[in-house]
Amino acid sequence: MMDALLFYFFAVLVLGGAIFTVTRRSAVHSAISLIVSLIGVAGLYLLQQAEFLFAVQIVLYVGGIMVLFLFVIMLVNLDLAAKQRQFNRQWGIALLCVAVVAAEITYFMRKGASSFQVVRAPIAITATTEGNTEQIATVLFSQYLLPFEIASLLLLVAVVGSVVMAKKRI
Amino acid sequence: MGPITTSHYLALSAALLLIGTIGVLTRRNIVIILMSIELILNAVNINLIAFSHYLQNVNGQIFAIFVITDAVAEAAVGLGILIALFRNKETVLADEVDLLKW
Repeated sequence: MMDALLFYFFAVLVLGGAIFTVTRRSAVHSAISLIVSLIGVAGLYLLQQAEFLFAVQIVLYVGGIMVLFLFVIMLVNLDLAAKQRQFNRQWGIALLCVAVVAAEITYFMRKGASSFQVVRAPIAITATTEGNTEQIATVLFSQYLLPFEIASLLLLVAVVGSVVMAKKRI
Repeated sequence: MGPITTSHYLALSAALLLIGTIGVLTRRNIVIILMSIELILNAVNINLIAFSHYLQNVNGQIFAIFVITDAVAEAAVGLGILIALFRNKETVLADEVDLLKW
């Protein structure tokens, strides 16, 4: 019961924030709605016993990416853009395509919903002594070591790339 | 209110994905397009965590970490491109950047 209430609370947070993000005129309002939405997603992680990802979501998304967005909003002059048309000319076609995809997803979810109806009993925590973070660390640094290193290389390339992009003269 | 199943999470993630897609396809402001991409990536992550919880397998969470890494890299490079664009064209509206159009 408590789980269901929390789920619906966070779902409203996520979807409400997302809708405001997409529809607001001012980019700062969009960014703040996006923060609300991301915090809702973090709550959903916590509901599903992914505590490490909850922390990563808060620190990285809400603390890191959103500050980056707000910096760029301050750096780039958005006043002119806020006064102009907010949606492009193809919005009708875009909504039509999204509606088609929505119908498709709804159809398949209704058809396949029975596969996921199993409500698991809360897993006995005594089964494993190690916590979520320890489990992730064990798998990440043994089974997924090479992808982990490749991800660090990707981040290095991204750092260099964004510095080169934002520099005044290359 | 029945118990929360995995399909609830899948429905929520599908809704978030569609809202993000609407944002990417209809908005003109590039900053908000980048924010909508973040929404789409979060929808993917909700899906991964839901299945990770359903199967009691931690691999889904590992994959979600890699998705978050990609989102960070994409946001950094995208905003860098946006700053370079604003310096050269004085606009942040996606349909005013039409140099390749004839």
